[in-house]
Amino acid sequence: MTTTGRCAPATDALVFDYLLRLADSDIVLAQRLGEWVGKGPVLEEDIAQTNVGLDLLGQGRLWLAYAGEVEARIAPRGRDENELAFLRDGSEYRNLLLVEQPNGSYADTLARQFLYDHWHLLALDALTCSRDERIAAIAAKAVKEVRYHVERSSGWIVRLGDGTEQSHERMQRAIDALWMYTGEMFAADATEEALAAAGIAAGVTLLREPWRKAVGGVLADATLALPADGWMQGAHGRGGRQGAHSEHLGHLLAVMQSLPRSMPDARW
Amino acid sequence: MYAQMVDTGQSRLAGLAELSPEERAFQSRIDADVKIEPRDDMPEAYRRTLIRQIQQHAHSEVVGMLPEGNWITRAPSLQRKATLMAKVQDEAGHGLYLYCAAETLGVSRDRMIEDLHAGKVRYSSIFNYPTLTWADIGTIGWLVDGAAIMNQIPLCRCSFGPYARAMIRVCKEESFHQRQGFDILMTLCRGTAAQKAMAQDALDRWWWPSLMMFGPPDAESVHSAQSARWKIKLLSNDELRQRFVDQTVPQADYLGLTMPDPELRWNDARGHYDFGEIDWQEFHEVLKGHGPCNHDRMATRIKAWEDGAWVREAALAHAAKRAARQREAA
Repeated sequence: MTTTGRCAPATDALVFDYLLRLADSDIVLAQRLGEWVGKGPVLEEDIAQTNVGLDLLGQGRLWLAYAGEVEARIAPRGRDENELAFLRDGSEYRNLLLVEQPNGSYADTLARQFLYDHWHLLALDALTCSRDERIAAIAAKAVKEVRYHVERSSGWIVRLGDGTEQSHERMQRAIDALWMYTGEMFAADATEEALAAAGIAAGVTLLREPWRKAVGGVLADATLALPADGWMQGAHGRGGRQGAHSEHLGHLLAVMQSLPRSMPDARW
Repeated sequence: MYAQMVDTGQSRLAGLAELSPEERAFQSRIDADVKIEPRDDMPEAYRRTLIRQIQQHAHSEVVGMLPEGNWITRAPSLQRKATLMAKVQDEAGHGLYLYCAAETLGVSRDRMIEDLHAGKVRYSSIFNYPTLTWADIGTIGWLVDGAAIMNQIPLCRCSFGPYARAMIRVCKEESFHQRQGFDILMTLCRGTAAQKAMAQDALDRWWWPSLMMFGPPDAESVHSAQSARWKIKLLSNDELRQRFVDQTVPQADYLGLTMPDPELRWNDARGHYDFGEIDWQEFHEVLKGHGPCNHDRMATRIKAWEDGAWVREAALAHAAKRAARQREAA
């Protein structure tokens, strides 16, 4: 890191990888939320949830644009946001396993959102202090949006957890089923450890306790049980951030990338 | 239009002498361009007609989210994806404030949705056509939103205040959507041969259904005269359709696309484009439920509503619990 806010060339490759991690979780979750549009339980929710999807898409684009610029420092050329989004295969995607999980019922969708939002807020909050000025600036913009995401998804967890017997049961099942994907969010691999040590990336291991506290508090208000930690998918050095995904990502990308890939000469 | 063939409950236009004193007083307010507000006295037929018209419009916005939503997950660039998501979200917003405008007339949103699902109320025929390619998204913006604006700009001056005000906001957003749609088509038409063919194919499929949006010819439009007298319909179906054709043909020329109508030509004497006969049988069949997507659209809406029932129930149950706790605490 230099005083001009530019990383040393040796870390550029790591930063590129890290930016894809931030971008891909946003893009993949926005894609999932896009599947809901027009089919929500009530019109107000269609609007609110689409807003969240639009925020994530916007944030993902900012991360991808910067990733392309960083890539240009280490490769003959940097790819633009669309090349990065539409022409990478699943194994090159760096998103968390949690966000690629299918929408399921509204409880499943909200549980996924809730678990991610709380992590996302903490991670972005830490990144506002990144020694990479661009990362800090993007995080500062995004964190304002994500504060609202946390408020919305937490509100729904409480509403559905402490709603009817049926909604309580569905919400608990949804949280339980997704819990095994939460460990990955706090497991730093060599890339993140190096970047965190350099003051560039968020130190995710430090986020675990504040996350548990925040999530646990909402679950308690919702009369829902905090699941016990069991084996965590992707948390042992081989998960979404290393390009090892669940079966679901391939289908998501097949849909999302179909048009640009079928007409490679076209501009849209 | 978004509201087609709205039943006024009147088979003919009554002469002024046949109106009751209250109806005459109401008509004189309309004639003086006084806006009617929800708490004002109004003839029952006016109220019922508006409920039908506004809810048809609201349902059209909501059902209209589906054909375009069909391409959100496949939009070919991140910018296009964001724009399309925002557009479909706007439509949800239009639906919402149109339902609210209808609610001021004494009907609940749940009731309107039930009536839609029961097939008692229509939505615009146009949304029963499929979106098969990305070019359809551009074409819907260009033609369908273009036709909607053509109809809705005059409605900004309609006699019912909440509807007129909703239309002002809707029209601003629709104009933006139309430009976005045209921009998609410009990109396609300046793109590869395959992209241009995609645009032409979309125009071929959407042109005639877009003309049908304005409703049957004036001669067959039995309810129009009453709606016109009440100023909830300001221009006739054929007038609006002609304006739309006149506006759109030069745009197609600009794009380098060919209108799928061999009879389309400029008529110097009329100062308008002449165009071919619309297949009214197709229009009436689509309204009766026989369009290519009527079944799918309704099935999707009903499924969304039924799948969401437990969420709505839980939200109400939670609100009731909270209110009870607050009462106990007080």
